[in-house]
Amino acid sequence: MLRTLTGLLMLLAALVPWPARADAAAARFVTVPGGHFVSSLLDGTRTVTVRVAPFAMMEKPVTEAQFAAFLRAHPEWQRGRIAPLFAGPNYLAGWLTPTDPGDAQAARRPVTAVSWFTARAYCDSLHAELPSWYQWEYAAAASSSSRDARAGMIRRNAILAALMRATGQRPGLIGQRPANVYGLRDLNRLIWEWVSDYGAMFPDVNGDVGSAGSGSVLRLCGGAALAFRDPSDYALAERVAALSMLAPADSSPFVGFRCVRNLGDAP
Amino acid sequence: MKRILATAIALALGCAALASNVHASPLPAGWACTPATCGAPEGKPIVEQLLPPPQVPARITRRYPAKVIVNLEAREVVGTLADGVKYDFYTFNGTVPGPMIRVRVGDTVEIRLKNAHSDHMPHNIDLHAVMGTGGGAADSIVIPGHEGAFEFKALHAGFFVYHCAMAPAAVHIANGMYGAIMVEPADGLPRVDKEFYVMQGEFYTPGAYMQPGLQPLDMKKLLDEQPTYVVFNGRVGSLTGDHALRAREGQTVRFFFANGGPNLTSSFHMIGGIWNTVWPWGGSNEDHNVQTISVPPGGTVIADMKLVVPGTFMLVDHAAVRMFNKGALGQLVVSGPEQPMLYRALWNRPFPPASAMPTAATSAH
Repeated sequence: MLRTLTGLLMLLAALVPWPARADAAAARFVTVPGGHFVSSLLDGTRTVTVRVAPFAMMEKPVTEAQFAAFLRAHPEWQRGRIAPLFAGPNYLAGWLTPTDPGDAQAARRPVTAVSWFTARAYCDSLHAELPSWYQWEYAAAASSSSRDARAGMIRRNAILAALMRATGQRPGLIGQRPANVYGLRDLNRLIWEWVSDYGAMFPDVNGDVGSAGSGSVLRLCGGAALAFRDPSDYALAERVAALSMLAPADSSPFVGFRCVRNLGDAP
Repeated sequence: MKRILATAIALALGCAALASNVHASPLPAGWACTPATCGAPEGKPIVEQLLPPPQVPARITRRYPAKVIVNLEAREVVGTLADGVKYDFYTFNGTVPGPMIRVRVGDTVEIRLKNAHSDHMPHNIDLHAVMGTGGGAADSIVIPGHEGAFEFKALHAGFFVYHCAMAPAAVHIANGMYGAIMVEPADGLPRVDKEFYVMQGEFYTPGAYMQPGLQPLDMKKLLDEQPTYVVFNGRVGSLTGDHALRAREGQTVRFFFANGGPNLTSSFHMIGGIWNTVWPWGGSNEDHNVQTISVPPGGTVIADMKLVVPGTFMLVDHAAVRMFNKGALGQLVVSGPEQPMLYRALWNRPFPPASAMPTAATSAH
């Protein structure tokens, strides 16, 4: 029942534009050229080749400072005012006040502990949207020297190590590593990021699309290996596991986001 | 038609043979659920007293089925893998292994799993003592800051591993997220004087063995199943020196030994001892006078030894590189008077080299 309600809300969220005004706070969008690309996620047992249209993506994850500015302009999304259906009790739980992260590095730290609904509302306020999984995956496949560096074991290991090293800590600061070939930063090693269609990332065994937060095939440990084209890409598996277990109102201290615009959308 | 009849007869005979086999080797008394032991829970729910390893919860003296509540918390913590070496562990309740759980066959067990607010990953628990999808894994997935619970009936007595099964499970297990649960037979195990809980596991780090600093998980080594560390209870030295296990001569000690893996089978051995009684695989069969026991990843053994002489006894994975070079070593220090009738040193002295021997002496024979 709750799941149905949540699904309805997600549908509503997709249909109704939130009343919003742009608060750019220096969010810079970078153009990512389109292309063909093989997803690391299987569709059932099939490998999926995706054609990604060109799009523009925020150079960096949304920062705490940017999100604080959004909350000041849109108080209805503040902790304590927001409807519980859009954000659970852990929403921005570490913040000093509803609009102050209490972090001297707020301009450089990615905002986390935001729900899918609030992330989506933020992007909407910039006349943008959350990236699809394929957009995110396509952009994040690139390294500073290659458009698809996913097969590199050294890079994989470094990504996994970076995510593990952050155990028990707040996410690190943005911009400590070089940008990738598109000019995008911090897609892989800093945090996990919401995507628009994360709830549909895993079809159930019977072919139905799993509801958001159900985790579908990831619910069984061995079975999870069946979901990935290369089950040894542990960093990716960790990311997908972390995202797919979330309900859209959930927030997690390691999950933030960035926004995209389809090229041709009004800035 | 004749053939069909023959097939049917053969099948019937086969089934009868199977059935008679089952009846010919019944479980020892108390190791399986019977209507007498597995009724509805009685009395007040019991909150399990959880202790850090190597401590074992008290043996169960209760003789009725109860409801037992187990409070676990997934915690991602930076801890010590060896002196000067830190590691980002995934744990149950902050220790590697997680606390040993002890219930009685027929108990109704409620597993409550919290995931600490400071964690990053979703976690869950798969208990091998559970008959149910994923051993509970599917119904215990919790994201950071959430808690979940499920309940199962402990139908089978035995000593079982539990572990996090969240994808990618190999990573969660390699980071230390495992423990063990004893489902006691209805009348308990034979009494012993001391009980210890030891769990083996491997760690995969880019830095060489004992290289200081914070070490992350090395994915390549994990995939190649080539660990840097093979340790007992989550760190080099967890059971040596000041942390050595202690007992007295004349006592019988019991090891609840489990293997978290994720990859290596342990060859569990006590240097200087013979296991009087073991329950191989943690199951109901007893075996006796055993030197070394294979314990697979996700497997266990219960092993008893009566200590008849004093000394320092080494607990090892007898795959020798692991004990000498990777950390799989613990100590049991046994105090008491020497027993020269059972063991004594005779001599240790030089003897003349062969070239100095008179050759005539050998040719004289």
